[in-house]
Amino acid sequence: MDFDLSEEQSILKDSLDRLLGDKYGFEERNRILKSDTGWSAEMWRQYAEMGLMALPFAEADGGLGGGAVDMMIVMEALGRVLALEPYFATVVLGGGFLRLGGTAEQRAALAPAVAAGETKLAFGHTERQSRYDLHHVETTARPDGAGWLLDGAKSVVLDGDSADHVFVTARTAGGPREAAGIGVFLVDAAAEGVSRRGYRMQDGRRAAELALDAVRVGPEAVYGAPEEGLALVGAVVDRAIAALCAEAVGVMGAMHAETVDYLKMRKQFGVPIGAFQVLQHQAVDMYVATEQARSITHYATMMAEDDDAEARARAMHAAKAEIGRAGRQVGEAAIQLHGGVGMTEDYAVGHRFKRMTMIDLTFGDGEHHLRTLAGKGGLAA
Amino acid sequence: MDLRYTDDEIAFRDEVRGFLRDTVPDDIRRRMVDGEHVGKDDMVRWTRLLNDRGWAVPHWPERYGGTGWDPMKQYIFLEELQKHPAPSPLPFGVNMVGPVIYTFGSDAQKARFLPRIANLDDWWCQGFSEPGAGSDLASLKTRAVREGDHYVVNGQKTWTTLAQYADWIFCLVRTDPQAKKQEGISFLLIDMTTPGIEVRPIVTIDGGREINEVFLTDVRVPTENLVGEENRGWDYAKFLLGNERTNIARVGMSKQRVARIRELAAKEMSGGRPLLEDQRFLEKLTAIEIDLKALEMTQLRVVAADAKRGSTGRPDPASSILKIKGSEIQQATTRLLMEVMGPYAMPYAQAAEAGWNEPPVGPDYAAHAAPAYFNTRKVSIYGGSNEIQKNIIAKAVLGL
Repeated sequence: MDFDLSEEQSILKDSLDRLLGDKYGFEERNRILKSDTGWSAEMWRQYAEMGLMALPFAEADGGLGGGAVDMMIVMEALGRVLALEPYFATVVLGGGFLRLGGTAEQRAALAPAVAAGETKLAFGHTERQSRYDLHHVETTARPDGAGWLLDGAKSVVLDGDSADHVFVTARTAGGPREAAGIGVFLVDAAAEGVSRRGYRMQDGRRAAELALDAVRVGPEAVYGAPEEGLALVGAVVDRAIAALCAEAVGVMGAMHAETVDYLKMRKQFGVPIGAFQVLQHQAVDMYVATEQARSITHYATMMAEDDDAEARARAMHAAKAEIGRAGRQVGEAAIQLHGGVGMTEDYAVGHRFKRMTMIDLTFGDGEHHLRTLAGKGGLAA
Repeated sequence: MDLRYTDDEIAFRDEVRGFLRDTVPDDIRRRMVDGEHVGKDDMVRWTRLLNDRGWAVPHWPERYGGTGWDPMKQYIFLEELQKHPAPSPLPFGVNMVGPVIYTFGSDAQKARFLPRIANLDDWWCQGFSEPGAGSDLASLKTRAVREGDHYVVNGQKTWTTLAQYADWIFCLVRTDPQAKKQEGISFLLIDMTTPGIEVRPIVTIDGGREINEVFLTDVRVPTENLVGEENRGWDYAKFLLGNERTNIARVGMSKQRVARIRELAAKEMSGGRPLLEDQRFLEKLTAIEIDLKALEMTQLRVVAADAKRGSTGRPDPASSILKIKGSEIQQATTRLLMEVMGPYAMPYAQAAEAGWNEPPVGPDYAAHAAPAYFNTRKVSIYGGSNEIQKNIIAKAVLGL
């Protein structure tokens, strides 16, 4: 077992940290946040130049052949600065479907453009009644000649407003909550019958409501088996959860560091407030929670590429549950220890707290994953 | 970064498992599973089986009987012991005074004591805490006055674990009352048969007889039993307490308890169904498992960092996390195990007391659940209370 980064991984981490350190300060982020798109095309170009978009793809598909540890490094770094670009939606989610579900032709058609940063992707799965259940799909896909006709609606599609193509789940057979009969389809956002409404989320990131009204797609739009797509969705979402956990660790680490700095700087009663033991112990509790979150993220990262789908899913339930609990603890304490200024838009800590809260609500909150894992009999059952 | 055990580590783990399967006496294993105390005879019997295999003091330098295992293998070994379960080596000799002796002791002390620790020929106990010196250990008052080639020791030690079995006690004593409190302390090795030593049991809330008071009245200790230099004892004590924290997470033990909870919750009924099918119960058990998985990874990170850094005998202050989370999880598991037993956690088992031969009330595995819960309250208190650990992290890691 080896927790040290390889030379390539160290280079990746250092160069990304340097780029974000130079270009993604709090002021600059605020400027990007308030721009029309809500993210920076210039940063997007620089990520592509650095190879971040190409990272997970196989070399044969124009990628760099990176693994789960590389993704962990990138997501943690992006989390540390609260990066706003649609990286997770495009590379982790969309890229995941391409890598794990795409045929050689499908990959050849899209992966090079994604790896080059020219094409953006998203994944629509949430529906009005689905909550966090990926198998609850009411959107339908009916055979239409050689292709398919899609009808339905997807909600809170992360970065769905800027995506060029959106992967969606749609039901090809069975009832709304059946695991079988779900297909994964790639929809061109500009296709006839697709309408979308973009909006801002609580943390400033973007999402969209997506309506599909008799959208015609060809046979090449199906990823995986059209009636057995849920396993593919699970494989992609499990990897996405590991990546989100890494982002959360970046957010938590930054919140903790910032809070400790504040305790050293802020004076009351003539001393830095960090001299008070009751505040020290809260800062230590944050530290312990952050390190435990980092540890469970290592576990999730280790399991993300596991071939045993059930063991992999259990690991992600465990990780997301821990991240949800630890993230809330660290975030709430960070605001508390900052006092009044923690409540203001002018301090970074509040923005981090909001991002942390949104991460918890993405692909199932901590309670959802704890309940699900318990329902399966637990981690070791 | 490669977050999996190597083939070599897996082969080693299997070797340890095979050894434990073949070697741990059934009666000792059963007592461990039931949460009973393992007595002196059992400890001695088991330690000698380990010593025959050359595994009684794995982390010691090879010239003193160690195995030469890297920190990862040492960790795997301890985890497998705890999971089996088999008793971990008696810490007072193996983890505490042994390393102090081979690091700071004289050649004569090394030759005399180290082999006897490995074979548990000498049972050691720890004479650190005093009635007025707990978390503030350096304020200890036990006095040693030099008279020729002896020290004359007077004072009182407390919380002395298993002193009733002990052949020797290692003590912190004040040799220079004028010096700053950390600077006038010496580290003495004292034969428990020396006249003037009296051991009185302290009965704990679980009814256990683990801890004692040790009174020292005009106890004459040969100066050859001073470790290192006079008035440098505090340095040796800090070294010792640092070692104490490295295995305090008890991940393997908590894993074994979680497995035991699962096993017994499948037998105990609640609302007409096995308790193990109750969603709320399962959520509590699962939450513990998740926390434990994270702790295991934290432990492995610390072990891997130790391996990289080389064993300096100075644990990462981050290892205080292991103490805090490890003790919280141990307490959570014993709490949940007691919950599993329901009303059968209530009867007080007198089986351990002389002359009692009534059958147990309820299932035979229920009797130790409540005492184990009561007893485990200690783990957030001993070895530097969790509040002290937080002070350490605040200072050493956060710079507050």
